[in-house]
Amino acid sequence: MVSNTGWMRDQEGLGLWEHRGKVAVVGWGQSHIDRRWDGVSLDRSCGGLTKEACLKAIADAGLSLDDIDGLITSAETRAEQTWAPRPYFDPPYDTEDGLTFTSADWIQRELGLKNVQYLKSDAPYIGPMMGLAAQAVGDGLCETALVWYPMVNLAGRYGHNNPANNSEEAPGPSAFTLPWGYQSGAMFNNLVIFQQYCKKYGKSHDGLADLCLNLRRNGLMTPWSYYALHEPYQLTREDYLNGRVIEEPLVIYDCDRPVNTCAAFIFTTAERAKDLRQKPVYVLNHAQNGGRGRSTMSTLEEHQEAVASLARKMWEGSGLGPDDVDIFNPYDGYLTFTQQFLEGFQWHGVKWGEAHDFYADDIRVEGPHPFLSSGGNNGTGRTRACLFSDSLEQLRGTAGPRQVTTRADTALAGCNTPDSNGFLMLSKHPS
Amino acid sequence: MSTIPGLERPGPVPNDMTRPFWDACNERRLVLQNCTSCQRLHYPPAQRCDQCGSADNFQWKEVEGKGHIDVYMVIRDSRIRGFRSAQPINFAVITLDEDPGINFLSNLPGTPTGEVPVGAPVELIFEETSTGQLVHEWQVVT
Ligand SMILES: [Zn+2]
Repeated sequence: MVSNTGWMRDQEGLGLWEHRGKVAVVGWGQSHIDRRWDGVSLDRSCGGLTKEACLKAIADAGLSLDDIDGLITSAETRAEQTWAPRPYFDPPYDTEDGLTFTSADWIQRELGLKNVQYLKSDAPYIGPMMGLAAQAVGDGLCETALVWYPMVNLAGRYGHNNPANNSEEAPGPSAFTLPWGYQSGAMFNNLVIFQQYCKKYGKSHDGLADLCLNLRRNGLMTPWSYYALHEPYQLTREDYLNGRVIEEPLVIYDCDRPVNTCAAFIFTTAERAKDLRQKPVYVLNHAQNGGRGRSTMSTLEEHQEAVASLARKMWEGSGLGPDDVDIFNPYDGYLTFTQQFLEGFQWHGVKWGEAHDFYADDIRVEGPHPFLSSGGNNGTGRTRACLFSDSLEQLRGTAGPRQVTTRADTALAGCNTPDSNGFLMLSKHPS
Repeated sequence: MSTIPGLERPGPVPNDMTRPFWDACNERRLVLQNCTSCQRLHYPPAQRCDQCGSADNFQWKEVEGKGHIDVYMVIRDSRIRGFRSAQPINFAVITLDEDPGINFLSNLPGTPTGEVPVGAPVELIFEETSTGQLVHEWQVVT
């Protein structure tokens, strides 16, 4: 049974994933990370950082350039603007390609990859893209895929240069949202749902403080993270509670910070993974959600059902259940919707309405409930890839000061929002 | 112009599917797609019924224009140009009394920012946008 969106596993009833345990993630590379591109240093441009991340991932896997036969990336880099009308540079930085995104062709050319047979530059954002990569390798479209996800942040206040935010007109579906000030699903619809959650369960915004502080703590234990490199200090509860308000009650510390960086991963077959440098981390399943609610704003109940359905798809395809998930890295940008994933997947037994109580318990990496050991996007900067790279490191046992003290045989990671996402189930064991 | 000081709403651009909706707004009427085979309202407009899947049984139906405030927040730092000149500004979700599964956005003209009576009844009004197109809005029933 195939999904009506091709490679996606976005329906219930698909059964065990046909490539369960036959695809592995064997390499990871993270580039340098800055708040913004300075517009001058070409090695820190989108293309420059992509090259850095890709070469690191290939080296991490112990592969050579000639081993790569698949290239997969997304143009959804959240640049929110083009580099133009600013002047382009000498080749290969003479178009948007390499400056606000980095296509498969660009990387193939710049790295001199000779054996590529599968190129995909229009994959979705990283959550579903990781599933697409696993499926592509499983289906034999390529044997060894290089997969990268840049996040681009140029000069100026984030989002303020986006033409859609400066137009007198609201075209397409935005006609029903923009005229009332609606901006993005993560920022608005999920905040509305957070308000509905607080109303239903008697919770309040300050219930997110413990999660926020712990994410920053984990992020500071991530050597490459934005905060470890550029703002190496812990937030206090007072900082959080008095944070600058963006959309009341959402404060600046609920928002993952846009950064300029790239992460890359190598997917290959379990067969090929056997004799590589790293212990393989096997993919047991991938699952996606792509629905939307009935009306303008999805509701709490709709999001809860969306995540419950995502969880059922994940259990069905991986053969695992809530008690089998050791590492859990769901999206946290913004903090207001992370609780939906926690409760929907029932990680560590957390039920609807219980997330804030769980946050107030011991969620440190040293403790019994090392939730979001990655530090998430709030703790490392908005890379989204950190959710997957930490999962990889925890399963390899190489997470350093973030290494959890609980069992770390399986990991569940994904993004973005409860109603629109892609998740991967990873394991040290192929079955 | 909006009755909210400083607010310049982007103007909705009608397309083939949504033109009857926006034309009705310009006549100060709120019309929703109603699936005549399963009696289900749709908003925003859709290509097909999300309940029975039918694409051929939509009729535009005028609704009464009564609702309630579900939840709200306050926009203090918008990325949208026409809202930056009006912030802080209310942003509320309104459920339609005829079918509370249908919801609308509202900046609640006339309600002081942050003083939103959650749960209160609201009634339909219309406001002008940057392009002159009218949009549906909601105000607290006094
Ligand atoms: Zn119908």
